Amino acid sequence: MSRPHVFTLTALVIAIALPFVLIATGQEYLIGLLTRIAIYGLAALSLNFILGYGGMVSFGHAAYFGIGAYVIGILSFHAFQNSTIFGISGSDAALFTWPLAVVISALSALILGYLSLRTSGVFFIMITLAFAQMLYFLFVSMERYGGDDGVIMYNGRSTIPGLDLSNDLTFYFVCLAVLAIFMVLFSAVVRSRFGAVLKACKQNEARMLALGCDVQRYKLAAFVIAGAVAGLAGVLNANLTEFVSPDYLHWTKSGDLMIMVVLGGMGTISGPVIGAGVFLALEEFLPAMMESVALAQYKEHWRIVFGPLLIIVVLFARGGIHGLILLGRSDGR
Amino acid sequence: MFLLLEQILNGLQLGVFLFLIAAGLTLIFGIMGVINLAHGSLFMIGAYAAAMCTQWSGSFLIGILGAVVVAGLTGMVMELVIMRRLYNRDHLDQVLATFGLILFANELLTIMFGRTPLFLDVPPFLNGSAEILPGIDYPVYRLAIIAVGCAVAALLYFVITRTRAGMLIRAGSTNRDMVAVLGVDIGLMFTLLFGLGAVFAGLAGAMAGPLVSVEVGMGEQQLILAFVVVVIGGIGSVRGALVGAILVGVVDTLGRAFLTDLLKLFMDTASADGIGAGLSSMSIYILMAAILIARPNGLFPVAAQR
Repeated sequence: MSRPHVFTLTALVIAIALPFVLIATGQEYLIGLLTRIAIYGLAALSLNFILGYGGMVSFGHAAYFGIGAYVIGILSFHAFQNSTIFGISGSDAALFTWPLAVVISALSALILGYLSLRTSGVFFIMITLAFAQMLYFLFVSMERYGGDDGVIMYNGRSTIPGLDLSNDLTFYFVCLAVLAIFMVLFSAVVRSRFGAVLKACKQNEARMLALGCDVQRYKLAAFVIAGAVAGLAGVLNANLTEFVSPDYLHWTKSGDLMIMVVLGGMGTISGPVIGAGVFLALEEFLPAMMESVALAQYKEHWRIVFGPLLIIVVLFARGGIHGLILLGRSDGR
Repeated sequence: MFLLLEQILNGLQLGVFLFLIAAGLTLIFGIMGVINLAHGSLFMIGAYAAAMCTQWSGSFLIGILGAVVVAGLTGMVMELVIMRRLYNRDHLDQVLATFGLILFANELLTIMFGRTPLFLDVPPFLNGSAEILPGIDYPVYRLAIIAVGCAVAALLYFVITRTRAGMLIRAGSTNRDMVAVLGVDIGLMFTLLFGLGAVFAGLAGAMAGPLVSVEVGMGEQQLILAFVVVVIGGIGSVRGALVGAILVGVVDTLGRAFLTDLLKLFMDTASADGIGAGLSSMSIYILMAAILIARPNGLFPVAAQR
């Protein structure tokens, strides 16, 4: 077996076995962290599809993450209140709400993507950031759904017939399964004709145009796919925390997703997931690490270490962790 | 009518603020091709420096001086240590590295000053209000901000179009390599220019101090608005930044002031309140989208780019 295959298989076995190890050692609380890694891994995977393969530096990806989450939160709110929204009664049924959330995320990505893709380069970065900020303020202004404070899902997680999502272990495996499915799907798409066009657009857009390829359509399609998958990740995260707030769409969230992608390794399938894992693990354990080196009074300020760390990674390790592990070099692009 | 005039002035004042921030951003991008997210942090550092220096000296003018000096020096150090290595990188690397800078700056200021916001008083000699038209009073401090902003715009215009330094800046934005080949110390020029952008951001931060609370994270809000301004005006264009800033300032202020009342004319109060609040917070982004549909490169596109 080739090196990547061994790596993938090992990772899968670890991902399945780890929760049981945690339960056996009495550290069940870390299953939440594993679930978050799977969810953010999915979101980072979707961002990487346009960022790593398509070369579109979207700085507003958290918007779709938030929209997906808000659809779940709002429907749950109405189900709890027994009221309706746009004639639809609230619901907790995952088979109805999850696809709806994905569709709405995709539609938002279609509209905003259509507008944003009229620009490119640094314009594109700024405009995706600005649109995400627009949606952030939109949700902040929605007093009915808690404004700044957000919506608490009093009914708990969505319901799927035959599965008990309120069980943390079950929910983790659902998230892991979704992540695995999309990793397979994305790696198939990347190798398809569509993926080839997308990668070609990143390398030389002018040449693709000259070849008679409708570059904008391909890029928009990729943008919408990424938005839809990010929406699904938002759906899962809303279910994990049973709480949705404008924080989901905050611009630092978009930055975090970007960091995960680059930290793990752009333009690879496993990179973003590794990146999400490292990022969230750092967030969880960096405070404790700082405490152990006698910086206890600063442990809530772990970002003061993380910020420079990020700068160093950007300046000196451009292939990300994926590049370090799989290629044995740090400039793997 | 009086209310309208007052709101237009408020919008103008917000626009002037945004111009101070956007001018530095657009200059740095236009010349060096660097997108600097940490520009908002310089704004914040300026505000903190102003608050500290004012507290220490008791004079707001010394506060402003302190803000300008601290922000300018911070900017130059930032350029020397980090930005310098990013000129030849793609925009993604620049975004990430400067994002790291924001995290660092925010955390550092939190450690130094805590999470409670600082407050700056309006200086006594700018306190009170003036009668700008018979029967209309307007706070002097806000008038002063508008004046400072106009002065900076005029100064920038003069420097860029009439001086040798300005000529180099314009040349640098057209063809950086050619300027370097002609024997201009490009490294020094970039450091100074970065410092200049930082000075404007610091000045804006100092003047914002008495109007808003000085707290960690105050810069990012302004940064994103400045991005909207730059996108509307055209990246790299100082004139575009001025026009864009005033457009954004006025539209945002008027939207917040009148949109809800306007909607009440043809819908019931409750839904007008709800939709008005949402729409007015989105107004500038809708403006940006509309302008982009008509002119994808902004109002004043800069022709030559690398």
